[in-house]
Amino acid sequence: MTTAESPWRGVASEDAAEISVAGGVFLRERSRRLLRSLARPHKAALWTVAGAVLLQNAAGMAGPYLIAVGIDDGIPQILAGDGPSTLFIVFGLFMLSAVAQGALRWFFFTRSGYVGQAMLFQLRRRVFNHLQGLSLSFHEKYTSGRVISRLTSDVETIGELLDESLDELVMAVLSIVSIGVILLVLDAPLALVVLLSFPLLLLMFRWFGKNSTLSYRRTRETVALLIVQFAESLGGIRAVQAFRREPRNQEIFEEVADDYKAANRRAWQLIAVFEPGIMLLGNLTIGAVLLYGGYRTISGEIEVGVLVAFLLYLRRFFAPMEDLSVLYNSFQSATAALEKLSGVLEESATVPAPAYPRSLESPQGTVHFDAVRFGYRSDAEAAVVLPRLDLRIPAGQTVALVGATGAGKSTLARLLARFYDPHEGSVTVDGVDVRDLTDADLRRAVVMVTQESFLFSGSVAENIALGSPSASRADIEQAAQAIGAHEFITALPEGYDTDVRKRGGRLSAGQRQLVSFARAFLADPAILILDEATSSLDVPSERLVQRALRTILTDRTALIIAHRLSTVEIADRVLVMSDGRIVEDGAAADLIGGSGAFADLHQAWLDSLV
Amino acid sequence: MSADQPVPAARSFRSLWRLRSYLAPYKGQLLVMGVAALFTVFAELAVPLVSARVIDGPVARGETSGLWALGALAIAFGIGEAVFGFVRRWVQSFCMLDMETQLRNDLYAHLQRLPVAYHDRAQTGQLVTRATSDLTTIRRFLGFGVIFLIVNVMLFAVVTVLLFRLYWPLGLVVALSAIPVVLMTMSFEREYIVASRQCQDLEGDVATVVEESAVGIRIIKALGRRRQIGARFLREARRLRTASLGKVRILAKFWSILDLVPQVLLGVVLLFGALAVSRGDLSLGSLVAFVALVVMLAWPIEAMGWILAIGQESATAADRLYDVFDTEPAVQDTPGARDLAEVRGLLRFEEVSFRFPGSNQNVLSNVDLTIEPGETVALVGATGSGKTALTALVPRLYDVTSGRITIDGVDIRDVTLSSLRRVVATAFEDPTLFSASVRENLALGRIDATDAEIAEAIDIAQAGFVYELPWGLATRIGEQGLSLSGGQRQRLALARAVLGRPRVLVLDDPLSALDVYTEGLVEEALRHVLATTTALVVAHRPSTVLLADRVALLSGGRITAVGTHTELLDTVPAYRQILSAEADFDDDLELPVGASR
Ligand SMILES: Nc1ncnc2c1ncn2[C@@H]1O[C@H](COP(=O)(O)OP(=O)(O)OP(=O)(O)O)[C@@H](O)[C@H]1O
Ligand SMILES: Nc1ncnc2c1ncn2[C@@H]1O[C@H](COP(=O)(O)OP(=O)(O)OP(=O)(O)O)[C@@H](O)[C@H]1O
Ligand SMILES: [Mg+2]
Ligand SMILES: [Mg+2]
Repeated sequence: MTTAESPWRGVASEDAAEISVAGGVFLRERSRRLLRSLARPHKAALWTVAGAVLLQNAAGMAGPYLIAVGIDDGIPQILAGDGPSTLFIVFGLFMLSAVAQGALRWFFFTRSGYVGQAMLFQLRRRVFNHLQGLSLSFHEKYTSGRVISRLTSDVETIGELLDESLDELVMAVLSIVSIGVILLVLDAPLALVVLLSFPLLLLMFRWFGKNSTLSYRRTRETVALLIVQFAESLGGIRAVQAFRREPRNQEIFEEVADDYKAANRRAWQLIAVFEPGIMLLGNLTIGAVLLYGGYRTISGEIEVGVLVAFLLYLRRFFAPMEDLSVLYNSFQSATAALEKLSGVLEESATVPAPAYPRSLESPQGTVHFDAVRFGYRSDAEAAVVLPRLDLRIPAGQTVALVGATGAGKSTLARLLARFYDPHEGSVTVDGVDVRDLTDADLRRAVVMVTQESFLFSGSVAENIALGSPSASRADIEQAAQAIGAHEFITALPEGYDTDVRKRGGRLSAGQRQLVSFARAFLADPAILILDEATSSLDVPSERLVQRALRTILTDRTALIIAHRLSTVEIADRVLVMSDGRIVEDGAAADLIGGSGAFADLHQAWLDSLV
Repeated sequence: MSADQPVPAARSFRSLWRLRSYLAPYKGQLLVMGVAALFTVFAELAVPLVSARVIDGPVARGETSGLWALGALAIAFGIGEAVFGFVRRWVQSFCMLDMETQLRNDLYAHLQRLPVAYHDRAQTGQLVTRATSDLTTIRRFLGFGVIFLIVNVMLFAVVTVLLFRLYWPLGLVVALSAIPVVLMTMSFEREYIVASRQCQDLEGDVATVVEESAVGIRIIKALGRRRQIGARFLREARRLRTASLGKVRILAKFWSILDLVPQVLLGVVLLFGALAVSRGDLSLGSLVAFVALVVMLAWPIEAMGWILAIGQESATAADRLYDVFDTEPAVQDTPGARDLAEVRGLLRFEEVSFRFPGSNQNVLSNVDLTIEPGETVALVGATGSGKTALTALVPRLYDVTSGRITIDGVDIRDVTLSSLRRVVATAFEDPTLFSASVRENLALGRIDATDAEIAEAIDIAQAGFVYELPWGLATRIGEQGLSLSGGQRQRLALARAVLGRPRVLVLDDPLSALDVYTEGLVEEALRHVLATTTALVVAHRPSTVLLADRVALLSGGRITAVGTHTELLDTVPAYRQILSAEADFDDDLELPVGASR
């Protein structure tokens, strides 16, 4: 059983395909395109590097020749009593060629290393940027573990190809072609014997190519699953340990790790057949040439010298073949990674940036929802969360949004923040459809404090400053002060410079909410959305925040989602939501005085306060 | 742990050497691989020798009879080379991958054992790269590098012996050439080990930023901070590039000098060999043989450069691995710990003080609190007063700094973790859900939970919405449960805690994300559970407090008051302050408000 179909993972609609696939050929073409586009800026450097390889090999060619001269001319000269001058010259030249080779090799290593690193950097940057641009609906199904595996493991696989010496490719191609020609010139019948091996070689490459593509793809997929399980379970280690999930996790992890192992093993076994196979073919050809060439020499059809040359050249003909097979393997592995990465790059945002953006210079904060229809899954009729929503919020109004859990309050807020686009209808800010706004304009106008308060590792100040990167320390402290977070922050060991650690784990839940709040406050948007932004605060802190809100919200539009109805006191207007519909709408006092849903809700809340 | 910290003193190959226990089960296979590698190398050398024989023998004499035999021999060697190459790779595909997987599983198991305090600080990316690229590096060296290291050294030794026998002064020259090689290698190692470690740490840092930016994507989008997070990523990626280039430079220097060695050797051999020939100390044929043998050394010496590099890399990778393995789980079963069998559920905090590991401030000091079997105590306190810290002590996610916590009079450090955690169940303030099926999320460690138990838990937490999900309990909920609404997540976390009716329940602000009606329903159902369960409930709201028989007020790290809700409201001003219902909006205290538009 493979992990993909293990029951623990549960069922989700996106299981069918990780990335929309339209055939292997297409995938390969796409990944080659990516590789080419990465290499393009380095064309000149690559040619220089290839030139260095050629020069270095030319220098290398001089070696045997010099040795021959040394033996054939140098020694007789000494024996003849003319002194060792030729020998010394030869020795000098030999050393010179050695040093030249070393220098060229150094040049080659540093240059190609530089190009390789530049390409990797570019790749990382492109994929990261693209991923950040993709919409939430993508990230929801892709999961962070996959993102990590794309940007670490996959990129490293490509790095291995780039490390794998480019010189081998250059030299292999060069020696195979040149030696092939030399062989043909030397003796055509013998060369034909060598040529006979070619179709077989080609077949082997094809065989390996086809099979390894499949297994390397599988490797990439399984390593992603492995990282997903690894990262996610360690991220939730509290629950894992408190609920004794370790054995079950171990079981799942080992299952995934076994899948990864199996995929790797398959690839290795293909290599185990392929590489020695190429070797075998080469050796058999040499054997055949030895026999046939020996026979022809004996029967006087060719010179001994030709046979000797043939045999020497053949070794230098097949050795690069073996190098090529190794290189081809790395290439195959990298191609699988490139397929995945190009797949990510191909993915287009379901919340696309506008082609012709409209500008929103100084947003006022009027919000309209016009006949909005939305569900998280576009395919299923039953999964519609907001069937048809019409809502007008004039600029500067503070609106409280209340309703049962799961009613769709956060969903409404997310549409306004354009985390998703509605299936039908439109959401407009100051009469401009949010789909027509650039990201920068939209975020300047609309900022949302999400229901899950998430902090990045880094100092408290850095986290607050995310609201407005240009803010000074004084601005930051002022924002914290305004919502009553200053006290606790200064009480931290290093005050505003205290590292909150990953996910803000160094702070308590309420403290995290206060920081998120300060962050949004600093952003100073025309429209502020607060989704349960005070749910984890104690009553005095909440009160403090609400008091601050009264002042803060006077000149901006606000959408406040809260189950604690104390918020209602600062709202100009209350919306009651039920099953994705707004069932009541009016000033708080009017609604409380009435006999509708809100009146009941409010009464129930008062009762709950005891 | 991150690249910002100084690279720990190079332990060189000590960590790598410690990994030998992982190789032990594969001794036989390793031997086969080594022998196969040796045969491949020698078969490769044999083919040209046989060819030479063919030319000197049958061809020179012009007789076909010997040709067949020698030709067959060459082919046999050729086949042998391929077969041994196949055998080595095939065996390798089994044992090396098994070893790698074993290491990976052990790493994961160890990480799961390490306490929450460790994971609070650990960077996910650093752990991920340890489990992936570091392990691959190690496997590559152990499964391939080591074998060829040995084969190459053997080859070098054999060739040198042959050279000595041919003409010892020149043989000596060749043997002595090993000295500069060794010296250079040592200086290379010193430099490279630092660079290699730095690169690996930086790879981990890059992964960490990636992870954070993926998990925090909502916040980045909500604030429109794509550029800032991108800049952060680029900074790490740039550092990685710079470090990798540093590595490349060290390698380029080392490799190109190392490649020079056989060349220089060849030149020297030629010079002195020719002089020796001219003096008549050496025959011309021997000189040619000598040169041929020295040429044979070129490849092993060059390959050595590569092998040493991956050797260094795997040494630092092993260091990184042992950084984790050597971290003792601070919270673990004490020797002689016994199982906590049936308990009545008397939970008692005795003089409990607690500070987070690495911090120098007590969060809790001398907390005394007794919860009778079946009693429910609400824990009330200001934001950041240490309520969550206190609740985390009960299932021993952290250990107390001093004092003790007992269940039925037994110190919880004297019982096994697994039995303690069977008795104690927690609902965290963050729901902590996983991208798995609803059922899996509910059961977590209790894979044996029956359908009836699950249904009951769902009932209590009013989490009936799960039945309406597209695939019911089999529906996969998104990472961290983010495909559910806030209240739905919280109810799942609650259902998980009450599943199987644990004796001791710890609920950390379990109703904060629920609307008043749902809250009422959950409270109603919870009451039945709490009637017979010892429970500690963190509460911010009066409605939650009412679930409890008594309330404890946590303030300044101490329990300053215990009593019923009404008692405390009447007698303790601090309590009234924190929980009183009247929202006094009237005293319009001027607040400093900045950033108004
Ligand atoms: N990312 C998502 N993918 C799929 N379904 C979702 C997603 N987010 C929410 N839902 C579903 O949409 C419905 C409305 O959720 P929403 O988060 O808007 O509720 P809410 O009113 O904010 O509730 P709460 O008060 O509990 O936060 C719920 O049934 C929920 O399961
Ligand atoms: N891992 C940690 N290391 C050091 N200090 C911490 C750590 N976690 C929390 N703290 C600090 O310890 C104190 C108590 O935190 P805790 O989470 O227990 O508060 P809490 O009472 O649960 O607050 P809330 O009501 O906001 O949830 C806080 O001041 C917090 O900053
Ligand atoms: Mg919500
Ligand atoms: Mg808390």
